[in-house]
Amino acid sequence: MTNRVALVTGAMGGLGTAICRAFAKDGYKVVAAYHPELDKPEEWLAEMRADGFNDFITVAADVSDYESSRAMVAEAEAKAGPIDILVNNAGITRDRFFPKMGRDMWDAVMSTNLNSVFNVTQQVSSKMAARGWGRIINISSVNGVKGQAGQTNYSAAKAGILGFTKALAQELVTKGVTVNAIAPGYISTKMVMAIRDDVRQGIIDGIPMKRFGKPEEIGALCSYLSSDLAGYMTGATLNINGGLHMY
Amino acid sequence: MQKVALVTGGMGGLGEAICIKFAALGYKVVATYSPSNSKAQEWLRSMNSMGYGFKAYPCDVVSFDSCKACVEQIVKELGPIDVLVNNAGITRDMTFKKMTKDDWDAVIHTNLDSVFNMTKQVVDGMVERNWGRIINISSVNGQKGAFGQTNYAAAKAGMHGFTKSLALEVAKKGVTVNTISPGYIGTKMVRAIPQEVLDSKILPQIPMSRLGKPEEVAGLVAYLSSQEAAFVNGANISINGGQHMY
Repeated sequence: MTNRVALVTGAMGGLGTAICRAFAKDGYKVVAAYHPELDKPEEWLAEMRADGFNDFITVAADVSDYESSRAMVAEAEAKAGPIDILVNNAGITRDRFFPKMGRDMWDAVMSTNLNSVFNVTQQVSSKMAARGWGRIINISSVNGVKGQAGQTNYSAAKAGILGFTKALAQELVTKGVTVNAIAPGYISTKMVMAIRDDVRQGIIDGIPMKRFGKPEEIGALCSYLSSDLAGYMTGATLNINGGLHMY
Repeated sequence: MQKVALVTGGMGGLGEAICIKFAALGYKVVATYSPSNSKAQEWLRSMNSMGYGFKAYPCDVVSFDSCKACVEQIVKELGPIDVLVNNAGITRDMTFKKMTKDDWDAVIHTNLDSVFNMTKQVVDGMVERNWGRIINISSVNGQKGAFGQTNYAAAKAGMHGFTKSLALEVAKKGVTVNTISPGYIGTKMVRAIPQEVLDSKILPQIPMSRLGKPEEVAGLVAYLSSQEAAFVNGANISINGGQHMY
C-alpha cells in the first residue's frame, strides 16, 4: 500500500505543497506537476529538501493543454509507475466583475481550472479502473459552492468541477475508484496572505471560526480521502471552510 | 493527555465500530447504552476479552435528566468529555398514512431530542477548555427522504440544522460540530434484512453495489475528531457508496 503513487497538479503552490507533504508522510511516492513557466522547481525542491522531503519527483505541464497533460502523465508514469491517486489542484484566479470581465479572463480560468480536470483525469482514470483501485480528488472551492461577486469565471469552473466529480464517480463506482471534491474556504496560502491587510482582516471577520484554514488541514483531508477506509465515499463534496458556508 | 470520547448507542453496529476505532487511537472510550439493553454486560465482557477497556454507562438519551446524571457521573469518574458522538437512533418505519403519533414521537425523541439532551451536557465544558468535537450521525435518508420514513427523515434532517447552528455558535471556541450522513452500512440491523430484499431492493440503489462497513464510518469519525480536521465545521459529510450526491 505504501508503494502507491500520487500525482498532484499545481503541486508547487501553497495547497499543492501541503498535499505533497501529507502524501509523503503517508509513505506514497509523490509526483509534483508544475507549470513550466510559472513555477520554479529547483527552488521548490531545495525548500522541500531543507524540510527533509527528499523524494519528490517533478514533471512539467500546462494542464490547460490536453497534449501537454498527456505527455506529463506519461512522464510521471515512466518515473514513478502507475498513478494510484490524482489530485487535480492546479488553479488560477482572474477576478473581475462580470461587466468588465474579458472573454480571455473567462477562458483562462475555464482552461486552467476546469478543462485541466478533463485533460489530466482522462490519462489516469481508465487505468485506475483496470487495476481496480484509485482515488481522484478534485480541489474545488467554497466560492464554487456559494458563488462570489467578482468571480463568475472562478465560481463557474469550481462548480463545474463538482458536476464532473459526481458524474465520473458514477461511472467508476463499481471499479474501486472513488472521485470526490474538496471545497476549501480561505486557506492561508501565499496567495491569500498577499491580500491587503485591511481586506484580509475583513475576510477573517466573515469566517465564523475567525481564522484562515491551514494548508496542512487540506493535506490531511486529501490523506483521509486517499486511504482505504474512505473507499465507501464517492461523489461527495467535502466542505472545509471554518463554518463560512453550510448547507 | 488521553482524550475522552463518548459514543451514544455505543453498543450498536456503528457505535461499536466507532468505539473500537477510538480505542485504537488511544482515546479513553465511553459507550452509553439504553437502560433497557439487557445485553450490556455481555457486550462489555466480550469487548474486554478482546482487550478493549471500554467503560459503559446506561443512559436514556430521551430524558434530559438521565443524560445530565449520566454525563456528570462520567466526568467525575473519567474526566471531561472531549469528543461526543451522537449516534443513538431507532427506526419506526411506516407510511405517513399509517404512522401514529407514537411512532413519530419515539423517533423524534430518540434521534433528535437526544442530540439536544447529550450535547447540552458537554458543550459548555468544551468551550471553556477551548477544544471539542461534536459529531452527529445522521443518514442519507435525512438528505434525500425515504418512503416510509417521514419520522426518521425529519429527525435526521433536523440533526443537520442543529449542527449548522451550533457550529456557528462555537466556531471561535475551538469546538467543531459536524454531521456524518452514512448510506446503508452492514450493521447487524441491516444484515438482518432478508438477502432477497437486500439484492432486489437495496443494493440496486447503491451505485457501488455493496453495503458500507461500520469501520468505514468509524474511520470518518476518527478523521473528524483529529486535530487536523479543526477547520471542518458545520459540514455534512456523505459516505454512501454513491447512493446520493448533491
